[in-house]
Amino acid sequence: MSDTLNYRQVIARAIADEMREDPDVFMIGEDIGAAGGAFKTAAGLFEEFGPRRVRDTPISEQAIVGAALGAAIMGLRPVAEIMFADFAGVCYDQIVNQVAKHRYMTGGQVTVPLTIRMANGAGTGFAAQHSQAGENWFLNVPGLKIVVPATVEDLYGLLRGSIRDNDPVLFFEHKGLFSVKGTVPTGDAAVLPLGVASVVREGSDITIVATQQMRHRSVEAAEALAAVGIAAEVIDPRTLIPFDDAAVARSLAKTSRLLVVQESPQDGSWGASLVSRMTTQHFTLLDAPPSLLSSPDSPVPYAGVLEDAWLPSVDAIVARAKELVAF
Amino acid sequence: MTYHPVNPTLADPLPADALELLRSMYEIRFFEDEIMGLFSQNLVRGSTHLCQGQEAVTVGVCSALSPGDTMTCTYRGHGAVLAMGAPLDRAFGEILGRAGGLCGGKGGSMHLADVSVGALGSNAIVGGHLPTTVGAALAASYRGTSEVSVAFFGDGSTNIGAFHESLNLASIWKLPAIFVIENNQYGEYSTLASTTPIERLSDRAASYGMPGVFVDGNDVIAMRSATKTAVERARAGEGPTLIEADTYRHSGHSRSDPAKYRPEEEVKSWFARDPIVQLRNAIEASGGADAAAEVERTAHTDVDAARDLALTWPEPELSAGMEHIYS
Ligand SMILES: Cc1ncc(C[n+]2csc(CCOP(=O)(O)OP(=O)(O)O)c2C)c(N)n1
Ligand SMILES: [Mg+2]
Repeated sequence: MSDTLNYRQVIARAIADEMREDPDVFMIGEDIGAAGGAFKTAAGLFEEFGPRRVRDTPISEQAIVGAALGAAIMGLRPVAEIMFADFAGVCYDQIVNQVAKHRYMTGGQVTVPLTIRMANGAGTGFAAQHSQAGENWFLNVPGLKIVVPATVEDLYGLLRGSIRDNDPVLFFEHKGLFSVKGTVPTGDAAVLPLGVASVVREGSDITIVATQQMRHRSVEAAEALAAVGIAAEVIDPRTLIPFDDAAVARSLAKTSRLLVVQESPQDGSWGASLVSRMTTQHFTLLDAPPSLLSSPDSPVPYAGVLEDAWLPSVDAIVARAKELVAF
Repeated sequence: MTYHPVNPTLADPLPADALELLRSMYEIRFFEDEIMGLFSQNLVRGSTHLCQGQEAVTVGVCSALSPGDTMTCTYRGHGAVLAMGAPLDRAFGEILGRAGGLCGGKGGSMHLADVSVGALGSNAIVGGHLPTTVGAALAASYRGTSEVSVAFFGDGSTNIGAFHESLNLASIWKLPAIFVIENNQYGEYSTLASTTPIERLSDRAASYGMPGVFVDGNDVIAMRSATKTAVERARAGEGPTLIEADTYRHSGHSRSDPAKYRPEEEVKSWFARDPIVQLRNAIEASGGADAAAEVERTAHTDVDAARDLALTWPEPELSAGMEHIYS
């Protein structure tokens, strides 16, 4: 049995399926109860599971994340919602100093089976404080896992996988992908493990690695490149920690050319880290300097023309790929 | 509902500038109505949070300020920024993402600012700007000058850490800050009672050793009067005041919210106490019917003209995206 749902709808589906199976799973966040979440990503959950398991909170991000941590070390499996990834700034201490380190600092006496979901990314006109690619803020904090799904199938499988994971997972839902449709198989077979990349499109001339919105643009770019005789392989890592380096290296063994496309400034980003790892560990596979196509080093601007220009476009991906292939 | 006695109020003889207050409130009302219209034509990006129904709060407070005083506010801040004296056309321009907007089109609806009139910034992070107002007040205290700084924020914002830290710090240092809660009874889709264990938010002032005043936020004269007392106290070096303005937003939380969660009776009773109608009735009762009608007409014409002008302005140059990141 399978259903067609969009990216936004499948979030509640995945959580509900876990909640039905495991009575220790509960939700905590702002306006997730009767209102169904600011983006309606919790639609129907309050009606099915009630206020004990779908817990509305005041506007108190530090308390949301900290309470989820406390409940997690007592053996529950909280799914906390931070409405926009940008608001992780308000509870950064709780995430990086408390959640990420509790297991380590106690010498492994506890596990932290906690999922923190956040709406991510630019392109929707929400301006500088509601549009950031929050995943990059946490790459340098061992103890956290980071998930960045781009499709309905991946979102469903990885969200269930994250809730089942015994470590803290930051789960980023891209606002620009809410209306993307897909087919959701039901049942445990759809649950995906963290750390396995997906080869979205095969090719032998160049490897393009991208996530979320940029993964979709990279597929479009690959189609345009195919029309001019360039076979691009598109890889979506799907999770940034753990990162499936082996999948990228396998692809480079065929293509010898690496292009990473990301929606964020370049420094301190997952793309920069990937380029660094591939260059230092797989230098001999490369026939051209790896390339990182990023956003400019500026906050996300409001005006439509400026925000459009801030995000790497399909044309920019095509142009950069052609340069690399011609190198 | 009992309000702390604040004199004078609309029930008393009107001040000489009553028509000026009416003009300011009408401009904000019509401005917000026009933004709604522009939003439905897809000319406003992202989201927008309107303040119809709350005009007496910002107009009353800002009319008690002097040149040099400053103000910070939230994403629901169009009214506050206009009440400080920002020009209508450039406010429209900003929300339309035009180069001539207050922030060059880079801030948008949630980030209006006009520092030249003391509007230091509108914030999209709940609670994010309260420390800024503390710092603006600190600057005056540090230099031994007399400016005060006002922060406007919602009822829901009193549950975030930044609220408590800001009030405490402003109080121990006796800073010239005024904290104004625009209690519109809801934070997004949640009632105040569902997120807050006490009924009178102004009671929170007691923990921070400052006066807490509960004012009819739909009475512009009462709002000004309460603010005057707070300003005097601030300028005398006696420290901050917390003002709770009891009010109501006429529309939903943001553009996508039809506000179905509000009981019909409640909505009706608040609309019957429309702050603009109440002031206008008082003006008419004291013989100012013609003048009030003229004020309404000119406010409408001015708002329409400002909108039309802003619509002729160009979008920002792409190079603007990389300006103002550093000085
Ligand atoms: C730190 C943070 N958490 C959550 C939000 C999402 N959010 C935006 S407005 C809002 C409700 C705020 O309610 P209130 O303070 O009463 O202000 P109002 O919108 O009613 O004026 C919420 C939860 C946010 N912008 N920032
Ligand atoms: Mg409110």
